[in-house]
Amino acid sequence: MSSKLTRSNKAGWLFAMPGFSLLFLFIIVPFFFAFYLSLTNQRLVSPNEAQFVGLENYRNLLSVAVVTLEPETDDAGQIVRDEDGEIEYPRVRTITRSDEFPQYRGMGEWFRWHWGDTAKVVIASDVLFMKALVNTLTFALFIVPLQGGGALLLALLINQKLRGINVFRTVYFMPVVISIVVISLLWRFIYSGNDGLLNNILEVLTLGAFTPIDWLGRTDTALGSIIAMSAWQGMGFHMVIWLAGLQAISPTLYEAAAIEGASKWQTFRYVTWPGLRNTAVLVLIVITMQSFAVFAQVDVMTNGGPLDSTQTLVFQTVERGYGKQDISGGATISVILFLMVLTISAVQGFLTRERK
Amino acid sequence: MKLTKTLLGALAASTALAGAAAAQTEMKLWYHGAGNDVESGLLNTVIEEFNSAQSDYSVVVESFPQQSYNESVVASALAGNLPCILDVDGPVMPNWAWAGYLQPLPISQEAIEGHLDSTIGRYDDEIYSVGLWDAAVALYARQSTLDELGLRTPTLEEPWSKDELMAALDAAKASGNYDYALDLGTAWTGEWYPYAFSPFMQSFGGDIVDRSTYASADGVINSDEAIEFGEWWQSLFEEGYAPGTSQDPADRDVGFIEGKYAFSWNGNWAAAATLDAGVDDVVFLPAPDFGTGPKIGAGSWQFGVSSACETPEGAAAFVEHALQDKYMAAFSDGIGLIPGTKEAAQMTVKYADGGPLAVFFDLSEKQALVRPVTPGYVVAAKVFEKALADIANGADVADTLDAAADEIEKDIESNQGYGH
Repeated sequence: MSSKLTRSNKAGWLFAMPGFSLLFLFIIVPFFFAFYLSLTNQRLVSPNEAQFVGLENYRNLLSVAVVTLEPETDDAGQIVRDEDGEIEYPRVRTITRSDEFPQYRGMGEWFRWHWGDTAKVVIASDVLFMKALVNTLTFALFIVPLQGGGALLLALLINQKLRGINVFRTVYFMPVVISIVVISLLWRFIYSGNDGLLNNILEVLTLGAFTPIDWLGRTDTALGSIIAMSAWQGMGFHMVIWLAGLQAISPTLYEAAAIEGASKWQTFRYVTWPGLRNTAVLVLIVITMQSFAVFAQVDVMTNGGPLDSTQTLVFQTVERGYGKQDISGGATISVILFLMVLTISAVQGFLTRERK
Repeated sequence: MKLTKTLLGALAASTALAGAAAAQTEMKLWYHGAGNDVESGLLNTVIEEFNSAQSDYSVVVESFPQQSYNESVVASALAGNLPCILDVDGPVMPNWAWAGYLQPLPISQEAIEGHLDSTIGRYDDEIYSVGLWDAAVALYARQSTLDELGLRTPTLEEPWSKDELMAALDAAKASGNYDYALDLGTAWTGEWYPYAFSPFMQSFGGDIVDRSTYASADGVINSDEAIEFGEWWQSLFEEGYAPGTSQDPADRDVGFIEGKYAFSWNGNWAAAATLDAGVDDVVFLPAPDFGTGPKIGAGSWQFGVSSACETPEGAAAFVEHALQDKYMAAFSDGIGLIPGTKEAAQMTVKYADGGPLAVFFDLSEKQALVRPVTPGYVVAAKVFEKALADIANGADVADTLDAAADEIEKDIESNQGYGH
C-alpha cells in the first residue's frame, strides 16, 4: 500500500517543487560534484588536465605519524643541553626531508611530548588541517552549551507578560538579523587591544587594576573571543525556538504545579524542562551543525591567526580552494566535514531518541 | 494602446542604434574599479574618445568591485565567458597567462617606449599586459620628527642602513612620544604582505622563490639571509617597535596622521590623504638597504587581452590609445597613482618635478623590483603572508620558513612545475 505522501497529493508535490529543485541544484548536485573533485587533482586555475588520483587527497590531509627524536650527543656521548638546561634535539626536518624516510616526506610537526630523554613528535602531512579540526571541535564543544543555554535563559526572560516585552524580544533578536560580517567588524572594535570597548569597561570596573588585553591578538584568547561573540550572535535565533516550545506547554500544567505548591525551580525542573524535550533536541542538533560551519567571524576578525589558533575547517576550505587554487583539496575538506557532521548528528539523534 | 506605441518606439530606436554600431566590432572590457566614481569617469572618457576616434572597434566597459574581481574572472573563464580586454593585477598576470586566460598583447614597441619598466607585464619573453601607472611604497615620516630625534635624512643615493633604521626606531621609541615607532600596516591582510614586505626579505638577500628556475623555494625563502630577515622581522614586534597583526585598521589609516606612529610604511595612494589631513612636513623616505640594496615592490593593475578575444589587434589599439600621456596624467591627478612615463608625470600636479609626490616616481624608477614572475606566485604569496604573520606572532623563524619552503614546493610539484 502506498503511503499518504505519494497518493493523491499532486498539489503538495507541486508546491514543494520549487524548493526541492533549488535544494537539489544548489546543495545536492554540488555535494556530489565536490565528492567527485576530491578524488581528482583538479586545480581552480590551470591549463593541465585534471587526473583521477583516488584517495590521495584524503591521505594528504589525514596522514599522521609519530617519530622519536633522540637527544643530540657530543663526542663524549653526553647529551647536549642549551643555556636553559633544555635538551637539544635534531630538527624534525632532518627526518621529513631525508631520503631515508620517504614515507614522512613533506610532513610537519603538529605537537610533541617528552618521554624520558627522547622526544616523541607527532607529525602530520597537513598540520594546518589538524589544527583547524581541533579548533572547530573546540568551537562546537563550547558554543553548544553557551548558545543553547543562553538562548533558553533569554526565552524564559521574555516569556512573561510585561509591558513592552516586544521591545526586549526585538532587541535580543537583533543580532540574528544583522549581517555576521557587520557584527564581526563591530566586535573587532570591541575587542581592540589598545582602547577597545571591552578593555575600557574592564578597566573602569576594576578601577584601573586591569591591564588591557589584545583579545584577538593572543593565541590564548583569540578563539575564546570568537566563541563568546558567536554565541551572543546566534542566541536570538534559538531563543525564538525555545520560546515557541515554552508557549506550547499547557498553562494548566503550571496551574496544577502552583496548586501543589511547587517552587520556581521545581516548576522548571518537572514541568517546563520535560515539556521542552523535543525543542531541546532540535536546538542541540541545529547549533551543532551550524557551529561546524563557522567561517565569517574568522575571516573578518583574525584570518585564522594568531599562530593558527583560530583556523577552522570551513575557513581552510575556502582558503585552499580559492586562495591557493587547490579546489580538490578544498572539496576534500568539505567532504570530510560533511561526514563528521553527519556522524555527530546521527549519534546525537540516537542518544536523544524517545525511549519507550 | 499607448504602451504598444512606446514599445514600438523603443524597438525602432534600439534597431537604429544596433545599425549604427554594426560597423564597429564590439569589444568588452572588464575593470576592477566599480564603486569609484572618479576612476570610472576617467575610464569612460578614455573609452568614449577611443570609440569616436576610429570606426573599427567599440569598447564597452563592465566594472566589478576590486575585492571580487579576480574571482569573477576565474569563474567566467571556467564558464568560457571571458570579455575581450581584461584588467589584470601585475603579479597575477603570469598565472592567467599560464592558465590560458590571456594571449600575448600585440602592442607596438613605440607605444611603450620610455615607460616605467614595472608597468609592462612580461612573461615567458612576451608582453601580456601594460599599465598606465605604477604604485610605490615609502617610509612616511615628519621632517620635525627627524629633526627632533637628530636623524639623518636618507636619500635615494644613500638610504638608511639596517643599523640606521634601528637607531631611528630606538630613538623614536625612547622619546616616548609615540604609541609605536613604526607602523608597517599589518592590519592590511592579503597582497599587502608580499607586496610591501617581501622586498625587505629581498634586500636581506632572500626571496620567495628561486627566480633562476622558479622550480624551488628551498634554500631561498629559508636561506640564512631569509632567516636573518625573519629574526629582524620578529624583533620588530617582540621588542615593541611595531603593532602586531591585530592592529586596528582605523589606526592603520589615521595613526600616522594623528601622531601615534613616528614612521609608517605606506604606499603612494595614501600620500594625498596625509597631505590633505594637514601633515605639511611629511617626507617620503626611501626603503632602507638591508645588505643587497634597497628594494620596494612594483607592478599594479594593467590591461591585457583575453584568449577569447577575436580581435587582439583591436584590443592592442585600445591599449595604445589609453597609454597616452594625457590619460596617465588624468588618472594620476584623479586617483593619485604614479604615471607611467616621465612626460606624463610632468603634466600632473603632484608628480611633476618639485611636486609633493615626485619622489615616488624616482622610488619606482630606482628601487622597484617586480614580484616573482611565475604562475605559482599566487599561491606562494599566500604562503609568504601566513609565514610572516606567524613569525610576527612569535613562531620559530627557521621552522616557519622551512614549512613555507615545503608548502611552496609541494604546490609547484602538484602543478607540474607551472610550465617553467
